Amino acid sequence: MQQSFPSQWPPSPEKTEGSIITSTPELSDQERRNEADSRAISRMLALPFHVRFWHSMQAVWHALTVNRKVASGTAIVGFFLVIALFGPFFLHGNPNLYTHDANLPPSGAHWLGTTSLGQDIFGQLILGTQVSVLWGFFSGILVTIFSLVIGLVGGYFGGIIDEILSFITNVFLILPGIPLMLVLASYVPPSALTVSLVVAFTSWAWGARVLRAQTLSLRSREFVTAARSNGESVWRAIFFEILPNQVSVVAANFVSTMIQVILAFATLQFLGLGDTSQASWGGMLYLANSQNALLAHQWWWFVPPGLCIAVLGAGLALINFGIDEVADPRLRSEPKIKVPKRKKVVAS
Amino acid sequence: MRHLLRRILFYLAAVWASVTMNFFIPRLAPGNPVQIILGNLEKTGIKPSPDMVQSLAASLGIDTTDPIWVQYMKYLGDLLHGNFGRSFTNYPTPVLDIIGQGIMWTIGLGTIAVVIGFVLGSLIGMIAAWKRGTIIDSTLSPALTFLYAIPPFWLALIVVYIFGFSLGWFPFVNGYDIYGPIDWSWRFISSVIDHGFLPALTLVLSSLAGWMLVMRNSMVGVLSDDYVLMANAKGLKQRRVLFTYAARNAILPNIANFALALGFVVSGQVVTEIVFSYPGIGDALFIGVQNHDYPLIQAAFLFIALGVLGANFLADMLYAVLDPRVRVERSA
Repeated sequence: MQQSFPSQWPPSPEKTEGSIITSTPELSDQERRNEADSRAISRMLALPFHVRFWHSMQAVWHALTVNRKVASGTAIVGFFLVIALFGPFFLHGNPNLYTHDANLPPSGAHWLGTTSLGQDIFGQLILGTQVSVLWGFFSGILVTIFSLVIGLVGGYFGGIIDEILSFITNVFLILPGIPLMLVLASYVPPSALTVSLVVAFTSWAWGARVLRAQTLSLRSREFVTAARSNGESVWRAIFFEILPNQVSVVAANFVSTMIQVILAFATLQFLGLGDTSQASWGGMLYLANSQNALLAHQWWWFVPPGLCIAVLGAGLALINFGIDEVADPRLRSEPKIKVPKRKKVVAS
Repeated sequence: MRHLLRRILFYLAAVWASVTMNFFIPRLAPGNPVQIILGNLEKTGIKPSPDMVQSLAASLGIDTTDPIWVQYMKYLGDLLHGNFGRSFTNYPTPVLDIIGQGIMWTIGLGTIAVVIGFVLGSLIGMIAAWKRGTIIDSTLSPALTFLYAIPPFWLALIVVYIFGFSLGWFPFVNGYDIYGPIDWSWRFISSVIDHGFLPALTLVLSSLAGWMLVMRNSMVGVLSDDYVLMANAKGLKQRRVLFTYAARNAILPNIANFALALGFVVSGQVVTEIVFSYPGIGDALFIGVQNHDYPLIQAAFLFIALGVLGANFLADMLYAVLDPRVRVERSA
């Protein structure tokens, strides 16, 4: 039971590069954990529904608050999500409209002043939050799907398919993202959809690499072999047997992808390659820069959108670093245990 | 030796892949680039003659009825002869001349920023890990996390606003004093340093956090290793343990991560050059994008890609020299 047999199917990969986790040393440990899990699950299922629901809520709450970084990151991201979803309902009038009240400093009527076209900056910021966060999520999901397909397919099949997919992944990993995005964006008509497609096309490589490594370590586990010998198709084995075991990796990867995607999205908008008629954080900065808000010292125009990007990005980064700490206890910044003072040894 | 060969093969293939991508992106793009350029010309009041249309199409390489692989071979041949076509915005300057003017600026600024950022970031990461749990670590780490998430273009704007406009300490447009002489006089060199200060500051600040966070995490791991405990137990000086035992091993992941970080730094540099109108390739690329100057876009992207691949190759070789395990494992 504790021993792993060399004659597994499919045979384990002969070449393992770099950071690829090999499965053999942790197998026995994993099995023991699996057994404990299944016992816990069967005990859980015996409980009535409302108790189970309560327990799972407690588990979610525990996962969010067990680490200070994850907790504060979640709070920040949650704040922006709420604004993105509900903020626009509380706006009076359309902040994208041009009015005669141009270049006003912050006041009671316009909390963050107005643009040179008379648009209310605070209202634009709220609308921009919606555009940036929702399109960020959309592109983040696209990126995740790309990296899932390429990572899992390459990792599962191995051989020549893996060689080709790994090569493409490594090339995309090295090529700088923003220049490639600029090139792509110059050929397509500017809109939020094309920008997010461009971002997705250029940012999937890191996730694909991580997922490939994970798949390599999972594909020779017994549950996959069992599924295959039960007659499940290859695709079912990949996406219904292996994928659910990587949900945590996918989730962690999604968080770091979101940072990248929101930054890239804002950068392209800032360079005027997005849809400039619609308020977004990057688009606001584009307008502020082209209308010389810096020269006019209109800090209330160009500071808030950038600050929003930075704070949301920091929130996502905090979640990510927190996940790292939960996974690797050595990184936790808990105070060291005090070593009792040793008595001085007098040298003879 | 086999490791070296494998890496060289990979980089050659990567160069081929980026060249090929450069060839196919314009041809797969929706819409006709010629029409876009003509539309732009008409906006400025110039009536394009049939001659112009034809020469435009010829310069984009889309006038022929050759099968695609013949076009591809011609394209490769042109590249090998250094024939990148002529820029539309500064017609008839060859694109290669524009790139040639920009390349030294980009390499100069990028190298200085990467070196300073790497050394400073690694040092800070080292100290943060060494002083873990103290006030230094608990204030540095969140501050740098925030810095990490700041978009480089916005950081550039803020730097321009604070140090350029408000304080007036440094100039913030162009790479040198355009009214002064352009030679190796002290006046020119000092104006280059003066103009380069703010872009370099932006780049260092935006890349610092990445280097620091990787270094801190790997240093934390190394510090709990047995040989560090042993070194401490031997009663070695703290400084010696820190630099000669722990940091030497902890720096390896930072060099291994160079590929990823460099893409990030170069992306940041392109945006920084755009904000500062710094006369590098990044700015040339952006001018090309704004004016739909496709030959310029293609050449600028190709040179950026080649530069990044070259730097990565160097980092790879350096890594193999520094970490003997890489050589031994891979060649076995």
